[in-house]
Order: sequence, then C-alpha cells, then structure tokens
Amino acid sequence: MATSSWLLPPLVVMSALLIVTGLVWGFFFTPDDFRQGSTVKIIYLHVPAALMAINAWLMMLVCSLIWIIRRHHVSALAARAAAPIGMVMTLIALFTGAIWGKPMWGTYWEWDPRLTSFLILFLFYIGYMALWEAIENPDAAADLTSVLCLVGSVFALLSRYAVLFWNQGLHQGATFSMDKEQNISNVFWYPAVISMAGFVCLFVTLVLYRTRMEIRRRRLHALDARSMAA
Amino acid sequence: MIALLRRDLALAFRAGGGFGLGLAFFLIVTVLVPFGVGPNSATLGVIAPGILWLGALLACLLSLDRVFALDWEDGSLDLLATAPLPLEGVAVSKALAHWITTGLPLVAISPLLGLFLSLPVEAMSWLILSLLVGTPALSWLGTFGAALTVGLKRGGLLMSLLVLPLYIPTLIFGAEVVKRGADGLATATPLAFLAGITLGTVALLPFATAAALRVNLR
Amino acid sequence: MIIARILPDLGKYATEVGLAYGVSLGLLALLIGQSLWKGRKIKQRLQQEEKARKGE
Repeated sequence: MATSSWLLPPLVVMSALLIVTGLVWGFFFTPDDFRQGSTVKIIYLHVPAALMAINAWLMMLVCSLIWIIRRHHVSALAARAAAPIGMVMTLIALFTGAIWGKPMWGTYWEWDPRLTSFLILFLFYIGYMALWEAIENPDAAADLTSVLCLVGSVFALLSRYAVLFWNQGLHQGATFSMDKEQNISNVFWYPAVISMAGFVCLFVTLVLYRTRMEIRRRRLHALDARSMAA
Repeated sequence: MIALLRRDLALAFRAGGGFGLGLAFFLIVTVLVPFGVGPNSATLGVIAPGILWLGALLACLLSLDRVFALDWEDGSLDLLATAPLPLEGVAVSKALAHWITTGLPLVAISPLLGLFLSLPVEAMSWLILSLLVGTPALSWLGTFGAALTVGLKRGGLLMSLLVLPLYIPTLIFGAEVVKRGADGLATATPLAFLAGITLGTVALLPFATAAALRVNLR
Repeated sequence: MIIARILPDLGKYATEVGLAYGVSLGLLALLIGQSLWKGRKIKQRLQQEEKARKGE
C-alpha cells in the first residue's frame, strides 16, 4: 500500500498528459485519410482501447496463475481490480470499432471477426466479474475466478479462430482491416502511439488504485467476519 | 467410477429424474422457431442447422443444474470427495452421465426435428454426426460450470452466463458441419476442429472441474 | 461559436467521429468516476470500522 501511495500521483499526471497529448494531437492536428475521411481520427481511441482490452485480460490471466501457484493475495485482488477496467476498454473498442466500420459497411454493426471477438471477450469479462460478486468467501472466490480465467482464456483464444473461420473461412484476408501496421503513415502513427502509451498508463493507474480499494475491502471483510465470530 | 456412473444414470432415469426434460425442451424450442420466423420452408431450411444446434445447446444447459445440485444438497458430494475415487474421476463420471442422459437423446431426436425445420435430407447424417461429436464438449464444459456454481442460490443463471461463451467454438463448428453438409460441400475441416475441441475438453476440463469442486467443498 | 471554429472540419463523418469520441470519453469518465467513488466509500468505511475497534 505504501509503495502505491507515492506511485499514484505521478502516474495520474503521466496518464493525463499522455492521453490529452495523444488525443488532442490526433484530433486537431492530423489530416483526414484519403479513403476513410475524418473517421481515421477514431484510431486514437480504438487502437489503444482494443490493446488494453486484450492486455487487461492477459494481466488477469497472469495474476490468476500467480494466485493459483503462490497464493499472493494481492495478485488475486489485482485481477479482480483489473476486470472492470478491461471490460470498459472492451466496450470502447466495440463502440469505436462499430462506428469506424460504418463508412465501410453502411451499418453500425457487422459480424466482422475482430469485432465479434471483442464481443465474446466482453462476455468473458462479465462472467468473471459476476462470479466474483456471487461467491461470499473471498479465498474461494479468488480460487474459482482464477480457474474460470484460465479456462476462459483458452476458449477466448479458440473463439478468436473459430470466429475467423465462421465469418471468412480460414486464411482469407479481412475485408476491412483495422491493423495499425497497414496504411499507417508517420503522421498518424505518433499521436496513436502516444495515445496508446497514455491508455497503458491509465490502466496501470486505475489497477493500482482499485487494487488498493480491493485490499481495503478485504480488510473490511476480515473485520466483519471477526466481529461476527465474537 | 462405473458405480458412480450407474448410480447417476439410474437416478436420472427414475421418475422425477429429469430425463426427457431436455428432449422436451429441444422439441418445444424447435417447434417455436417457425412461429417466430414464419413457415417458409426455404427460410427454415437455411437456418435449420444453427437452430438445431442452438436448441441442443440450450437443452444441455438446462439439465446442468442437476449435475451436482442434488448431491450437494443431501451431502453426498462431501462423501464423494472423501471417497477413494479422485475428484477428477467424479467430474468425468458426472459429465458422462449428463451426456448419456441429455446429449445422446438429443442426437437421436435431431433428425425428426430437422424434418420440422425443412433441413435438407443430405444434411441429416451430418447433423447426427456433428451433434454426436460436439455434445460431449457441451456436457464436459457444463459440468465445469456446474462445479463453479454449486451451492449458490440462483446459481443457474450465473452458470449459463459462464458456460454459454465457452460453447461458442463448438457451436460455430458444429453448425458449420451441418450447413456444409446441406450444401454438399466438404465438411472435413469444421468436423476436425469440432472433434479437436471435444477431445481437448474431455481430456483437460475434469481437472478444472475437480479444482472447482475442491474449492466449494472446503 | 468558438467551439465550431476550433473543431476541425470533420466533413460527412462528423456525427460518427463525434459519437465515437463522446461515447469513449464518457465511458472513461464513468470508469474513473466509479473507481474514485467506490474507493472513497470503502476507505471511509474501513476507517470507521477500525476506529470502532480501537474504541473497544
């Protein structure tokens, strides 16, 4: 707790700085894309959010493994803390992805493989959070949710390929690619990277903050349990 | 393990054991679809593979709460935990019992329901095969979900929320096999993926299920 | 309006881009807000409980 106390303020500042810089630069000071018009500006939100949606889950996976193997309480609580953040990132990725697709598809939703995979990821986040809420005993909740995270990770990966197969068959190119590697010239790249860095910082900041909250919540639970036993 | 399996099967087949409920649900859902989308055979034929797979999937889901709930309530689950059979064996046995009492009957009745939905005749054998190959995954995954939520009041809804996303790959490949069969295309690829998922699930999930049981029995 | 002058010409995709930014920033605000609110609430409750125990 002590370490995170003094880490938080600089992290908050850095997150705010990076995100504001990235978004302002991207929104106001970059040109429109030849094909996509001004919608290319959505990239500064969509790519970082999508990145964090995946990374948040990966972090939860690692934390779940650490809990299963070494039983560090903070690890389990950090995973719990990260879940809502990852869920919101997934939502942002979904919204911005759908809106960005509109000029290409003509509608706000298409079962594009990438978007569909994020929808499935959203379901996994919801399930994970719901299980934490449902189990009263914190250690049991930590155990069960970590097993769920493990199994879920395997199936999230499986779903990614199943969905690719489902919409486009194997090995066909995507009809609308949001790959940042394709067609990104420097003028878009720099603000995008800054924005991404900002989102990473924001994630770390929020996870730290929320983990502290989870630790306190755990302490509260212990106090309540003790007074009930007395 | 055989003894446990026989016991669960006997319990399921007895009156009040819930056998047949899954079948009835599958039937009802299938019958409801034309009321929702209209009686046009062409339309029905196109969506039949997906609807049949969805119906089977949901029917499996519905009978999952029986997997551990009864034993949990009367304490036999605690006894099973102390028995010489490892919990992984219990998990396998429970999943197998669920498949035999729910999955297999669904496979058997599926051609009839395919008829109701104007499924092309060419697809019938693929329907049976895909369900045969895919439903074990549904049972094994469902047993895992049941183990996670055993002992929770209103755990059924939460279990559905946890298990349904896990069903997505099986659903995708299973329905794809039937669709391709209906169109006369090669079904080897989706069938191979379907089988792969089932095999992996059947082999590995019992460990996760046992872990969940251990936590909940503490 | 000053705002209309600073905003770049978003062309025909103005609603889409506006929607994207609005929803995203809104969701982030909700996330941060909820985190802060819940964090504060739990901290207060913990401090209360610990003070109550000290009193015993």
